[in-house]
Amino acid sequence: MTVTLARPVTATRPDADAADVVRRARRAPRRHHRRLVAGLALVLAGAFVARVLLGDYTVTIPDFLRILGGEQIPGATYIVMESKLPRAVLAVLVGIAFGVGGAIFQTTLRNPLASPDVVGVSLGASAAAVSVIALAGWSGWPVSAAAILGALAVALAVRAVAGDHGGFRLVLAGIGLAAAMQSVIQYVFTRVDEYDVQLVLRWLTGSVNGVAWPSIGLLAVALAVLLPATAWAARSLRATELGDDTAAGLGVARRRTDVLMLLGVLLVAVGVAAAGPVAFVAFLSGPIARALNRGRTSLLAAGLVGAVIVLAGDYAGAYAFDDLNLPVGVVTGAFGAPFLLWLLARGRTGRRAA
Amino acid sequence: MTTATASPTASAPYARLEASDLTLAYADTAVVRDLDLAVPHGRITVIVGANACGKSTLLRGLARLMRPRSGSVLLDGDAIHRLPTKQVARTLGLLPQNPVAPEGVTVADLVGRGRHPHHGPFGRWTTADDEAVAEALALTDTLELADRVVDELSGGQRQRVWIAMALAQGTDLLLLDEPTTYLDVAHQVEMLDLLAELNARRGTTIVMVLHDLNLSARYADHLVALHTGRIVAEGTPRGVVTEDVVRTVFGLDSRVIDDPVSHTPLVVPVGRHQPRTSPPSPPSHSSQENR
Repeated sequence: MTVTLARPVTATRPDADAADVVRRARRAPRRHHRRLVAGLALVLAGAFVARVLLGDYTVTIPDFLRILGGEQIPGATYIVMESKLPRAVLAVLVGIAFGVGGAIFQTTLRNPLASPDVVGVSLGASAAAVSVIALAGWSGWPVSAAAILGALAVALAVRAVAGDHGGFRLVLAGIGLAAAMQSVIQYVFTRVDEYDVQLVLRWLTGSVNGVAWPSIGLLAVALAVLLPATAWAARSLRATELGDDTAAGLGVARRRTDVLMLLGVLLVAVGVAAAGPVAFVAFLSGPIARALNRGRTSLLAAGLVGAVIVLAGDYAGAYAFDDLNLPVGVVTGAFGAPFLLWLLARGRTGRRAA
Repeated sequence: MTTATASPTASAPYARLEASDLTLAYADTAVVRDLDLAVPHGRITVIVGANACGKSTLLRGLARLMRPRSGSVLLDGDAIHRLPTKQVARTLGLLPQNPVAPEGVTVADLVGRGRHPHHGPFGRWTTADDEAVAEALALTDTLELADRVVDELSGGQRQRVWIAMALAQGTDLLLLDEPTTYLDVAHQVEMLDLLAELNARRGTTIVMVLHDLNLSARYADHLVALHTGRIVAEGTPRGVVTEDVVRTVFGLDSRVIDDPVSHTPLVVPVGRHQPRTSPPSPPSHSSQENR
């Protein structure tokens, strides 16, 4: 038996060159990521401007700035301040919440199918919200609180059923619970007055239309707390990505991962509370951001992709069909379903993709 | 970064990692029972045994990945489960059997993740981290792979990169669960040579689970033979690898001869198969055992 022996260990203290090789090798992916984030931010800004200024009622930039300054322009002020601008702002916030929340799920559970909208967390929030609206007559912020509790309840239930195993068992348990939540919503549907149907429909598909500024402000405040907390907790993701045992060996406490998952649930829940479960945004954003980032995880890019998706989806839903004003959830649902099939067909449901 | 300078001396080595009356269990099944083990400092300890004898479980228990059902694992005299996990990670490194390389991750990035336990709650990457990673890459001869994507490497290269990640952690103790799985025999030897050199140069205490009894006997200073969750024999390979122990641990009849290269015990299985009458070549096809 001939064996090529490893070269003997030569270096005990690396020279400056070796450290420099490492520095350079580490720089390249970071630079790509920075460029990607800058590019996505530009696209998002462009989409935002288009959403606010263009469409069925065009506003010029000087007019827009004057409106923002508080000037009353007959017609324009109302349309911008009460329809176009809140819609665009909400779309961005909700998109970020879903994008980041979804990517947290997919990366932590190492499965692209384990996104909150597939495993029933979003629908749990919806089911709780429609129940208290239609059956208990609640309105305003208690509905949002119920939505958050609903999301948490489903997340805990999925985890209890799946145990420590994660992976496919978790996805299957989640799909089952998602179906159960859907039937709760449908049951509530049969009980509501005709007057409330429109409202309940919103909790089923998700829409950024007709949300008042105070609700948007509430979401902004929630994100201002949740996103920095996520940025802090997500530092352990770099270790958790390497598998549970490796992460434990690197000193990442299980609790740390739980905190991150909780933040993911809350991000999705506050998003649903504000705009309903905009279908598949949480599911799509992570993998798209990953593909753009050469396969690497980026929560930041996922958030930006989510925001672009919701903005573009809302724009398309509002203006793509002359006589129809589709809620954004219908548009994203139409794009999400084929993507889900594509993901399954490519067989990338394992731990590699996300 | 911690670098032990002293090479192991001939005097009785002390133990920084110990299992005392340790019982590890999954649900209701005890896998490791009432086990006592002192890992000799600065030496290479190899745990061997048949499939499902509890050797991987024991390693996971030693690495604080499993909470003992009873008994304890002591690191420098303290119960390892009571110590802050990040503090343990600065002393004890672990390479599990199936680590996951995230998609698209580069070698330098992956190895850099071994620095995780050295970063505080808001810790930033420093020059010291760059140097630790460079050293780990140099030691495993993977520096020229630094900017390559891990997915695209060969099995042997990938395994060296994982070891580099564990080395970047800068620990005095290194636990490895079957670091040679999926490697061909040349790469198995290369991997074990690398670990032996690390042990010799840096005094890193190594504990590993290995499948191949003959390679275990060759590389181990301290060999631990496990059967149904208990230690059947431990000590020098010469003392542990006997025909009796092989029969107890693996249920295999064998002859133990002298390894002509390393002069460690070499197990030759007997088996039922007899070569066909007087073949011209030596019966090399029956020398592969216990796979």
